[in-house]
Amino acid sequence: MDKEFAARRRRDLIIAAVLAGIAALTPLFVKDVVVQNILILTLMYAGLSQSWNILSGYCGQISLGHALYFGLGAYTTELLFTKFGVLPWFGMLAGGVVSALIAMGLGYPFFRLRGHYFVIATIVIAEIGLLLFHNWDWAGAAMGITIPIRGDSWLKFQFLRTKLPYFYFALALCCLAWFVTWWLEDSKWGFWWRAVKDNPDAAESLGVDVFNSKMGAAAVSAFLVAVGGSFYAQFVSYIDPESVMGFQFSLLMALPAVLGGIGTLWGPVLGAAILIPLTELTRFKFGGSGRGVDLIVYGTLIVLISLALPRGLLSLFARPKKTGAAR
Amino acid sequence: MTALLETRGVWQRFGGLVANSDVSISVGRGEIVGLIGPNGAGKSTLFNLIAGVLPPTQGSILFDGEDVTNMPAAARCQRGVGRTFQVVKSFETMTVIDNVIVGALVRNTVMREARRKAREVLEFTGLAARADVLASDLVPAEKRRLEVARALATEPKLLLLDEVLTGLTPTEAQTGVALVRKVRDAGITVLMVEHVMEIVMPLVDRAIVLDLGKVLVEGKPAEVVRDPKVIKAYLGDRHAVGA
Repeated sequence: MDKEFAARRRRDLIIAAVLAGIAALTPLFVKDVVVQNILILTLMYAGLSQSWNILSGYCGQISLGHALYFGLGAYTTELLFTKFGVLPWFGMLAGGVVSALIAMGLGYPFFRLRGHYFVIATIVIAEIGLLLFHNWDWAGAAMGITIPIRGDSWLKFQFLRTKLPYFYFALALCCLAWFVTWWLEDSKWGFWWRAVKDNPDAAESLGVDVFNSKMGAAAVSAFLVAVGGSFYAQFVSYIDPESVMGFQFSLLMALPAVLGGIGTLWGPVLGAAILIPLTELTRFKFGGSGRGVDLIVYGTLIVLISLALPRGLLSLFARPKKTGAAR
Repeated sequence: MTALLETRGVWQRFGGLVANSDVSISVGRGEIVGLIGPNGAGKSTLFNLIAGVLPPTQGSILFDGEDVTNMPAAARCQRGVGRTFQVVKSFETMTVIDNVIVGALVRNTVMREARRKAREVLEFTGLAARADVLASDLVPAEKRRLEVARALATEPKLLLLDEVLTGLTPTEAQTGVALVRKVRDAGITVLMVEHVMEIVMPLVDRAIVLDLGKVLVEGKPAEVVRDPKVIKAYLGDRHAVGA
């Protein structure tokens, strides 16, 4: 019933607020820098995966090239900062806008492709982006850009002595991406996206503007991912093409959503909460020699999930006869 | 009053194949018109041209006094053309009501209103009890009904039904017939493609018979079924002699 539906939406919002509250308090108890680092990355990837989920999960346009938008966010912010002295806060917005525009520019030809062809196109485009930045001297080429550190500053969003500001920003990004998804889920766009994913022909016959639905999803998704990229650049304070635009970022945005439940509100958060700590811990444990062990771990996880629970971990909790969206 | 739908000299060629040749038909407001004909007569092609899946090779299509020949499907839906698909195309990962809400969003931008409209349509089509079930869990007859419900939620002036009564049990088909009558009584014009003659003929006000891409005969169902040309096209020469 409709009241039940409204109650479920409210319940989701309350759960999210409680979880965010708990997350906000963790730094009081967790003083270990390594663990804090893992928490920051987990929150960041949760937010990124949530953003990826808008285009690929809800609208069904599977992208394995979102590293491009991540990198564009990072590069736009740092180029503006190092070359023109523009504060990262503005750079972040600029990066988001640039990415959204590029996503729509790319969508124009590529949203005509369906299924696997679209996926292949996204991979290729992201690789081209990577190569361009590798050879673009003004942007530091393969050497990358080192962000000049002038001490702790909110204005320049850089901190040496503490990781807490990064933690809260990552938390805010994660909350923002979640909230945007929550909000869009019960909107015309949300319904259009799911219709486009399930059956574009039927959607068209019901007055859905299929092409613009995809464009809208791409723009929102790319914008949020680029903000994540800007944040990451500030967080690590050094970027080069490989470290912000490498293929692994595309994977790390897709995998949490796939693991948790693609096209669901909670899937990306759940997936990231499991996957990212696991990845980081194995990487930490095996050090330099273990590069690749993390890949083995989550590769195995994904294979198991797609075999046993193709709709993700969340389907374990699903009440298919009752729930509104596939969650 | 002008016809609600009119096709003027419509041709459709697929490579060397002529699917529709010089088809001119019209559908008046408030009518139930049956589009019938043997397999390969070009019914589905004509249907798709009217729904806006593709533009005709030649000729024009007028809807509600407006030339919609080259208008895409989504825009036609906004003008008031609703359709169902012969092979059902439900949004499988969405619930029944969510499926219908997608249609309702054409005329209701506020979610609450779209949801109310969807409820209303589910009541009307007898699917209310199944509102919160995933579309993929429906039985075939219910999926057909959902196709109709979704199209009705767009508040069409013209509803195009593509073989909604085919492949149903006699009881299911009878409830389907009752639903089509109810739709017409709600003031919606219906153009239906159908195979099952004994169900369609008592239902429609007028029948248009296509054969080999052309309009063969057009008229009252009782006259059409007795027309030797129709019997010949449909059932073969042997029966035509018998008539």
